[in-house]
Parts: sequence; C-alpha cells; structure tokens
Amino acid sequence: MSAVIKAEHISYTYPGDEDTPPVQALRDVSLEIEEGSFTAILGHNGCGKSTLAKVLCMILEPDEGTLEVYGRDMTAEDATDEDVFNARRNVGMVFQNPDNQLVATIVEEDVAFGCENLGVAPADIRRRVDEALATVGMTEYARHATHRLSGGQKQRVAIAGVLAMRRRCIIFDESTAMLDPKGRREVMDTICRLNREEGITVIHITHYMNEATLADRVVVMSEGGIIMDGTPREVFSRVSELRAAELDVPQTTELLWGLKNAGWDVAVDIFDADECAREIARALERGGHGNT
Amino acid sequence: MGTLEVKDLSYTYGKGAPYEIKALDSVNLVFEAGRITGLIGHTGSGKSTLVQMLNGLMKPDSGKVLLDGVDIWEKPKEIRNIRFRVGLVMQYPEYQLFDESAEKDIAFGPRNMGMSEDEVKEAVREAARFAGLDESLLKKSPFDLSGGQKRRAALAGVIAMRPEVLVLDEPAAGLDPGARREILGRIKKYQRESGTAVIIVSHSMEDMAMYCDTVAVMDHGRLMMTGTPAEVFSRSQELFAAGLDVPQITKVAASLKKCGVDIGLDVYTVGYALERLLPLGGKGE
Repeated sequence: MSAVIKAEHISYTYPGDEDTPPVQALRDVSLEIEEGSFTAILGHNGCGKSTLAKVLCMILEPDEGTLEVYGRDMTAEDATDEDVFNARRNVGMVFQNPDNQLVATIVEEDVAFGCENLGVAPADIRRRVDEALATVGMTEYARHATHRLSGGQKQRVAIAGVLAMRRRCIIFDESTAMLDPKGRREVMDTICRLNREEGITVIHITHYMNEATLADRVVVMSEGGIIMDGTPREVFSRVSELRAAELDVPQTTELLWGLKNAGWDVAVDIFDADECAREIARALERGGHGNT
Repeated sequence: MGTLEVKDLSYTYGKGAPYEIKALDSVNLVFEAGRITGLIGHTGSGKSTLVQMLNGLMKPDSGKVLLDGVDIWEKPKEIRNIRFRVGLVMQYPEYQLFDESAEKDIAFGPRNMGMSEDEVKEAVREAARFAGLDESLLKKSPFDLSGGQKRRAALAGVIAMRPEVLVLDEPAAGLDPGARREILGRIKKYQRESGTAVIIVSHSMEDMAMYCDTVAVMDHGRLMMTGTPAEVFSRSQELFAAGLDVPQITKVAASLKKCGVDIGLDVYTVGYALERLLPLGGKGE
C-alpha cells in the first residue's frame, strides 16, 4: 500500500480582518492516507475537521507543513497551478449542504456538469451519468428539476456528480448529516461499495459514530489536532476520552460499558447489534442468571 | 397553553401538472400542550409540508389546522398572529440570522409583535437564558458566534415570541453529539417549564427515543402510526419498510430475544436496557 495523501506538520490559520481576530484551525497535523483505505474523521464542531478536508483537497493552502498528493508535493516551491489541478483530478469532495453544490436546473445536467468541464466525450458522459444516478438510486429523477428535490435527494445527486468524475479519492464532509435513515444507509452502502469494490480511497467526516464503525480507521480531532488514531475497535474502547472530546460512542459500546462498570465480564469494542447480544448472552451464561 | 390539531389535512404540489405530488393525504394528529411530539418519516414523506401548515406558511387544499379548537384560516387576514402563537424554528435557522447583534436579532420577533421596549428586553433575556446564551454573547455580532451558539441564538429568537406551540425542523442537524445533547436538553427543559406543545422533526431515531413523549410516523403523505417511543419503536419491521430505522439499542434487544434473553422489544434507550439487564446478573466468577 502506498500513501496517496501525505500531510506533515500542517498548520492553518483563518486570517482575520479588523473586526475578527485570526483563528488557528489546524495545529501541526500529520496524516497519511493509504491508497484504497476508508478513514473516518470524528470531532466536535469547530475542531478543524472541515478545514483539514479542505486542505487535503487543496481548496485551502496550508500555512506551514508539507502536503503530498499522489506523489507530488503541493507545498514545494516549484509546485505549479497545473500540479494542483492535476492533483484535484484525483481528489473529489462532497459537502454537507447540497444546496451549495448543485448548479444545474435538471438532475442529469447537474451530474454531467463536472464531466463536461473535464472535456469527457458526450457518449461517455451519458454512460457515466446513468451509472452514477443508478448508484445513488436517483435514476427515476434524471429529468426532474433539482430545486423540487428534497434535501436528501439533492445530496445523492451531488454525490452522483463526483462519482461521474471518477475520482480515485473522495472526501465526504458530513455528507450524510441531512439525510433520512434510509438515505443514510443508501449513501453509506454506496461509500462502502465504492471503497471495497472500486478501490476508491474514502475519507468520511461524520458525527454519526455508527458510520465511523464501518471504516478501517478512525481519526479523532480536537482543538485543531489529532488526539486519537486507530481501528474503530481501538478508538471506541476509549469511552471516557471520547466523552471528554464531546463525542459519543455507538449504543452497543455504551450498553456494554455500562454492564462492564457494573462488574460484568464483557468486551466493549462491539458495534454490531447481533454480536453485542451474543456477548451479553455469553456473559449471562458464564455468570448464571440472578447470580450477582 | 395551546393545543394544536390537524384534521383531514391534504395537500398536493403542482396540482394538475404532470409531476403532481400528493404531499399530505388526510392527516389527523393532535399535538397536546405539555408534550414533545417527534415527527419522523423518510425524505419526502410530507413532514416538512405538514410543519409549514402548522403556522400557516402554507394553506391546505382541504382539512383544517385547529389552534385551541379554532381554525387558523378562519380569518385569513389575521394569519400573521398565528405565526407568533405557533413558533417555527426552521432547518439550519442560523442562516437566517441577520442583525448586527445577537440581542437585536432575538428582539426582532417580539418587536414585530408590538411588545414595549421593556417587555422586549425581558423577553430577550428570558429566551437567551432558555437557549443557554450567555449575556456576554448578546452584544456580539451573530456572525461571530460559534455554530452551536448561532443555532441557539436562532432558537432564542423564536422562544422570545413566547409561542404557545413550538415547532422545530431538525433542530440538532449537523451538530456534534455534545451540542446535540445541549440543544435538545434545553428544548426539553423549556417545554417542561413553559408547558408548551413542542413538535420536533428529526431523522435521528436515537434522539427521538430519548426526548419525545409521543412519536408520529409519516409515510408517503399519510400518518402511519403514532404512540409512545416504546410503542412505535417496538414495530421495527413496519418502520424499516417505511425507510426508517429504530435506535440501535432496540436492535440489540430484538437480537437478545433470539439468543433467549428476553428484555422486551420496547427497549429504546441504553438506560432502559441497562435497567432490565442488570438484575439478570452476568458477573464473572
């Protein structure tokens, strides 16, 4: 495995103006993203997650540190605009609010917009748009007006637009925040499938702990820095630290944690409901009913 | 305090057009004073349309919205008053902040209602307290507040009108878990102290289970079921079919039953699950 994104000692400060003081959003962040990996980034509002995402896909330029994207150092003295454009062709981003990303009045035209700008051949655009819409389950809305869609539907169209551009790495910045449970499941299924079957590198920023458990790796940020980095099992076992960082743990872990604190002999790093139930049943067998 | 009731409410978007969509289909529902009702439903199920009917932003094709038994559209010219009595906090309300200070922004509603300056001041202070906005923040520009603070300032702007019914569309969307707990806890506290009817629209089954007294489920423009969180979330198969979900803890309870450990299927918070599991033992030797 090779690192597709390599950030070393990155810092970024939002410049202030006469009314607002500057705000340092990232402090000395180092992070490597492996090709084909699925990383979830957690953290409370204002911890620097979105700033990091914007730096990783080169919307913002870091003040300090080095950023290597697909083997090219974006922060090098001799990095040209062309290098940045080329790197951006590998890294796509889907934002939280779909109203800020839809540009066309008809669904399929919106999905085609990115491809058109990349100069993809019309027949190829047609095929990519149809595939992308099918992937997000919006085929029947291909000719509908974008402004008449609900928030969740708009978001799926925005994701289809990035899928159609065939990005090798996609950063999702809280892209599920506005979706209903079914929409969220569909999008998460899509993200997992893109990662596992198409080998797309995924960085998923979210407030939903259950979504983070689907990733290979969970990175927790606080006050502009990385405070935890590990597999979901490693990270979610550290219940007290997560709570201190204003975060939650999945309900399975919360339940098992409560039982463990009451003296039960159970593991806490379980995120699947069935597996959690089996763990509890096992503990009951070992301890015997009513034998407290 | 007001009780809001909808009777046989129906609405169709683009009536007569090729893409007409029946958003509401004979919905009957009562929102009682002193209760928090959670409104859940898949995207496009009609929740937002229903919410916009509740304070007269949209007019139903047929059916009625009754506030304390009176049709809100009885005197269409006075519909503005209904909007003061039924406060609506829209999705991402922080995008609607506009004034030069948080204080002035919160005061906008009460001033429009014609409250005296003293009353306005008192209403702003009280609303800021309920929303958990420190006095020191009130003089600041609303645009200099953090995301969570902006959300609470927008909430205060509606609470300051002292509405008899408070309607919130996804009040916790996009907030981190700590800020979610903070804002939902404050809404619950406000409801308890003021006795208002509160209606919350949300996609988070976990939040609904935790904070609501009643849960109403919408599916394709119809009211599919209504009941306590325990009643509603124990019907998981129907909820899945409607594109919804149950809290993860409810799934654990269902799975435990299959493993021969029956703690009931109406378990919808981690607290209840612990309460029922702990007496069973399970400690190691």
